[in-house]
Amino acid sequence: MSAFTGTARLTRLALRRDRVQLPIWILSTTVLAAVSVAATRSQYPTEADRITVLHTAVQTPALLMLRAAPTGASTGEMAMFQILAFLAVLAGFMSTLAVVRHTRQNEETGRTEMIGATVVGRHASLTAALIVTVVANAVLAALVTLVLAGGGEPVPGSVAAGLAVGAAGIAFAAVAAVAAQVAGSSRGANGISAAVIGAAYLVRGLGDAFGEILPNGYTMTSGWASWLSPIGWAMRVRPFADERWWVFGLPVALFVGAVGLAFALTVRRDVGMGLLAARPGPARGAPGLLGPLGLAWRLQRGTLIGWAVAVAVTGVGIGSIGGAVEEGLGENEGVTRTINNLAGGGGGGALVDAFFAAMMALFGALVAGYLVQALLRLRAEESAGRAEAVLATATGRLRWLGGHLVVAMVGAVVLLGLAGVTMGLTYGLSVGDVGGELAELTAAAYVQLPSALILAGFAVAVFGLVPRMAVGLAWLGFILCLVLGQFGGLLNLPASVRDVSPFSHVPALPSAEITATPLVVLSAVALAFGAAGLVLFRRRNLTP
Amino acid sequence: MTTAISVSGLVKLFGRSRALDGLDLSVDTGEVHGFLGPNGAGKSTTIRVLLGLLRADAGQVDLLGGHPWRDAVALHRRLAYVPGDVNLWPNLTGGEAIDLFGALRGGLDKRRRDELVERFQLDPSKRARTYSKGNRQKVAVIAAFASDVELYILDEPTSGLDPLMEAVFQECVREVKARGRTVLLSSHIFSEVEALCDRVSIIRNGQTVESGTLAQLRHLTRTSISVETAHPIAGLVDLPGVHDLHADTTHARFDVDTAQLDHVLRHLTQFEVRSLASAPPSLEELFLRHYSNELAAPDNHLAGTR
Repeated sequence: MSAFTGTARLTRLALRRDRVQLPIWILSTTVLAAVSVAATRSQYPTEADRITVLHTAVQTPALLMLRAAPTGASTGEMAMFQILAFLAVLAGFMSTLAVVRHTRQNEETGRTEMIGATVVGRHASLTAALIVTVVANAVLAALVTLVLAGGGEPVPGSVAAGLAVGAAGIAFAAVAAVAAQVAGSSRGANGISAAVIGAAYLVRGLGDAFGEILPNGYTMTSGWASWLSPIGWAMRVRPFADERWWVFGLPVALFVGAVGLAFALTVRRDVGMGLLAARPGPARGAPGLLGPLGLAWRLQRGTLIGWAVAVAVTGVGIGSIGGAVEEGLGENEGVTRTINNLAGGGGGGALVDAFFAAMMALFGALVAGYLVQALLRLRAEESAGRAEAVLATATGRLRWLGGHLVVAMVGAVVLLGLAGVTMGLTYGLSVGDVGGELAELTAAAYVQLPSALILAGFAVAVFGLVPRMAVGLAWLGFILCLVLGQFGGLLNLPASVRDVSPFSHVPALPSAEITATPLVVLSAVALAFGAAGLVLFRRRNLTP
Repeated sequence: MTTAISVSGLVKLFGRSRALDGLDLSVDTGEVHGFLGPNGAGKSTTIRVLLGLLRADAGQVDLLGGHPWRDAVALHRRLAYVPGDVNLWPNLTGGEAIDLFGALRGGLDKRRRDELVERFQLDPSKRARTYSKGNRQKVAVIAAFASDVELYILDEPTSGLDPLMEAVFQECVREVKARGRTVLLSSHIFSEVEALCDRVSIIRNGQTVESGTLAQLRHLTRTSISVETAHPIAGLVDLPGVHDLHADTTHARFDVDTAQLDHVLRHLTQFEVRSLASAPPSLEELFLRHYSNELAAPDNHLAGTR
């Protein structure tokens, strides 16, 4: 019996378990690609339109950081500028979640133990997970190629774009394979993978933001930093420009190396354990732990610390770019107006303010993501049966849920504060006005809180109403709001549809004036959702 | 004598399936009450209704004089629960989990906690993710018995415990009983039930099928008879209380309800008994009979004639 015996059977099992989930990921990513190409065409019908926009875009590090360094003004190149980074991120999440689901999560639920006792080799489980993920990425690559070429784009560029998306997915799958060996739990493995994807996006963003503008004034070459990122590699293929096929060697090399490392690690660790052995802990509960709030804090603090580090690092990075934005551009009115439109800002303030407004919207979305993740802990506790044990003590349902709610809200406040303070400090130091920038940017950060809280309220509401579907619905709500609110303009959606998202209603501080009405309304909606969730949870059966 | 738990006509629906279908249960204060039934009979569902984790669809439930759903928190101060499948937080140690459950329940006796940790030979400084099933079970059992409460609700508490620990568990139950506490013990382990329980209730398909003291239940058991006669045996099939009859002309093997034993023996003597062997009634056999599908087909006199 080899180490791979039983791989085929496990692969079929994994495909069957994923028969709904993976097709949804693949199709929604493909639809996003198709819609954005169509939107690009209708929004910028002539080459002259596109060149005008790109002239402005290359002057705007914030846009370059969010999207890409433009390679040209054809519709294909324009679409890649708009969407390729997001497609790579989506492929990344699809792949890492799938790999962790079929490796680490199986171990946690004890399924690996049952499977491992049958005729399967040591490497079969990881191999099956990787096969399924590679197949999913191949299908995704083919479909993206088809919708691009079918839409009338040149075939070689379409193939390169499809492969670039799939290759990013495969590269992150290999990262997840290693994370699944190193982490102590599936939550940990997913957390590490998500952090790597986030870092890859950021590093690529820095590379593009500090790229070199070419003599024609509207295309550029990315900075060296984007070579360090699998998402950067997708850009470096340059679909629809002068496709560079050899760049695909990089994700393939990463895949081979990381998977080899993961296999080597598999041999060195026990089923169910991480690489680091669990140390003995206190034999008695500290007074701070002994209550619903103390327990919630203990369960949530690791997640919060991870997010806090990510937010602080990103805040310092963006704050220091802010100085460069101002130095590089000054106060050109025409450019400012365009950027205000593109960056989602409503006001007509200074360019650097528009930059920070766009960045704040990004932090608002990040914190909403944190809130959803933190509150879905409720569902995890319930389905694992641990909520039952707690609720069978003299702990009421409201106190139990309230403990997690308080920790999540305090966490959101801390994260937004960190974002404001780190950006304010670094930018304030670079322009010599620490006090003023600190106050202004911290206020701008906290304006994001009400819209983020709506998604928190929504998560609690679905948890109270339909516990079995809470995880899927809460994340779906988050992604819809993100797409409608942040990318609604890009996708050319009518305002009435975009207004569904709470992110569309946040005043774009610091470039716009603060207005109280939307914040009050957003807070009221968040409160209503949360209260409904609490009432529903009190009235329902506990559902494993 | 007061009643600690009183349930009548309890119905619980999950979608279209009836998990509990008119269940009755009565537990007196100060007794150890065995709660038995095959897998899927509805034992854990009943316990979850008693704990206010599930909402009853119909029926009366009275727990320590209160309503399990409305008065959940107040009632939970007065009871301790050990689930059948103990799930702990992987990154908390066993000791932390014990203290946490104690505190959430409203305080625990520290001296008693240490004594129980010692008796159950638990290492409280290990993380829960490294515990075996038996050790996780110990954590819940220790947390429950370290709390001084009126009622202990134990759902298959010894699954996964080794025989030595099982003995320690039985001591603990006897100790709380000696202090006048009430115990509802769901169990599949016959010897445990026989050793600990004053009364038992057996449930099947969400209904109570037997309830009473062990002595009362013994009367419900059957005696196995093997008989040989001089003349061909007739009419045995039609006698009430005869089951699993295997007969040729002068020889018969069958089980008979203990209550009908005299009547059946009188019938047999007509045919001039040559030899007779009987196996005494066993409680275990009664339970097995209730666990098997026999009761699903109440008309088993016919089945016995095959």
